[in-house]
Amino acid sequence: MQYKSQMVAKPYFIGALVLFVAQILFGLIMGLQYVVGDFLFPHIPFNVARMVHTNALIVWLLMGFMGAAYYMVPEESECELYSPKLALIMFWIFLAAAGLTVVGYLAVPYATLAKITGNDLLPTMGREFLEQPTITKIGIVVVALAFLFNLSMTFLKGRKTSITTVMLLGLWGLAIMFLFSFVNPDNLVRDKFYWWWVVHLWVEGVWELILGAILAFVLIKITGVDREVIEKWLYVIITLSLITGLIGTGHHYFWIGTPEYWQWLGSVFSALEPVPFFAMTLFAFNMVNRRRREHPNRAATLWALGTGVMSFLGAGVWGFLHTLSPVNYYTHGTQITAAHGHMAFYGAYVMVVLTIISYAMPLMRGRAANSNASQVLEMWGFWLMTISMVFITLFLTGAGILQVWLQRVSTTPMGFMATQDQVALFYWLREGTGLVFMIGLAVYLFSFFKDGKSAA
Amino acid sequence: MSASFSTSAARNIFFGGTVFFVLMFLALTYDTEQKLPQRDQRAQLANPAVAAGKRVWENNNCIGCHTLLGEGAYFAPELGNVYKRRGPDFIKAWIKSQPTGVPGRRQMPNFHLTDKELDDLVAFLKYASEINTANWPPNVEG
Repeated sequence: MQYKSQMVAKPYFIGALVLFVAQILFGLIMGLQYVVGDFLFPHIPFNVARMVHTNALIVWLLMGFMGAAYYMVPEESECELYSPKLALIMFWIFLAAAGLTVVGYLAVPYATLAKITGNDLLPTMGREFLEQPTITKIGIVVVALAFLFNLSMTFLKGRKTSITTVMLLGLWGLAIMFLFSFVNPDNLVRDKFYWWWVVHLWVEGVWELILGAILAFVLIKITGVDREVIEKWLYVIITLSLITGLIGTGHHYFWIGTPEYWQWLGSVFSALEPVPFFAMTLFAFNMVNRRRREHPNRAATLWALGTGVMSFLGAGVWGFLHTLSPVNYYTHGTQITAAHGHMAFYGAYVMVVLTIISYAMPLMRGRAANSNASQVLEMWGFWLMTISMVFITLFLTGAGILQVWLQRVSTTPMGFMATQDQVALFYWLREGTGLVFMIGLAVYLFSFFKDGKSAA
Repeated sequence: MSASFSTSAARNIFFGGTVFFVLMFLALTYDTEQKLPQRDQRAQLANPAVAAGKRVWENNNCIGCHTLLGEGAYFAPELGNVYKRRGPDFIKAWIKSQPTGVPGRRQMPNFHLTDKELDDLVAFLKYASEINTANWPPNVEG
């Protein structure tokens, strides 16, 4: 670690991991409710557990991105952060807002939460992933603006690299697209149309810039390959991401009342969306193979390679599986979507945040890498979580295929609930695998407390 | 990657390509907005019950369990076409009679909706069911 102010990343990473635990716990609750429907009812109804599960994911990934940016930008800019104090204040505001929102979800019925936070003044609640009270959304905007101000000032006074340029473009894009969460027309088609400007243009747009920048930063550090080579790869990857992903938004515009030419545009462009992810896989492996040094942090290398592979499988392959409109006609809104969502989020965004944490945390704790014993545990965590996620995805895919067949393809279609009963076995298998994921997460977290110092 | 292809060339392709596709996406958005009135049943929004029903839908986080035109959670049935599948009276009676309390079955909370809120919600679901969704879902089961 070269600059004192990079330390502000630490609370962000710790906060992210705490929310990660909450996310998985609520995921297990929901997974069980799929088969034991009345589990914890009426105390934690499914919709509440799901809000905590998805919102915790989004917030901890954002915290991870922020931590990554606070760590990377001073080092790349070769100067101290503009205001470390502002960064720390914003961390506590962000954590408090997230905590209060979760308490709100759990403590009172959602309608009450909507009422006491004045949702009727500016209705933004009750839409998937954007369930946060309007006041929380405003809080997110304030935190994001302060964060971007802090980083942009740092960027402007220091060395400007391709990595920080791309990272800041991604983060500014993230903040700007989030403003569409305040757009909620009464017209349902227009509501859905612009809702995707937040959701799709985040995860299949600007977030890919952030992902690419973080991966490029870590690869420069652990492989010692020329910056010139890595930055060229980075630009090629993000170019491919945006030229496929922007019009690729059309794969969400098949069945929501939008014109039917989107079926062609969405199918063709989103069928190309695996290409940038495949480039990312090649990138990670190429750079590691051409490494000019043996970095002692082998765990970070494993996470970086894992991100390359799993983002391609989850976002690329599982996305392609149901992205062509004639296929999507049958799979839209089934467990196939859930299967893709799980592996794509894990493979791309969870893993890249864990990559930067793996690389940066030992440095912030005063060592180049953790002890061998600690790294071995961390790698156990990697494999347990990653393999579990592969099986969660496979079981959900099995559930989805059966669901599509029974409910939509069959000449005597079954009702939704009757179909759910038929696929229960897959849900049980998914829940069991989810428990293994939790064990993997526990092992991973334990590695932070395992005598990291000795023989680094 | 070949040495003749420089980083600044890669950067220029990125900025040029991005600007081009952003403009294309905006142009398509404009065109979509022009064509939507033929498909999105906006005339029904003249009835204030539809917008009020959308608020009821949102304020009770219905999307947290159900899908609406295929988007949402996959825990409970698709409701974009529930008006056609079940009709208005069934919808209201069903919501009022929750939760079923059958052991082991998935439970829907009772949201204590007033009669007006129920009517608004039904108006919203009727509107949703009449949007031109290119014949999705494949059958009435959603």
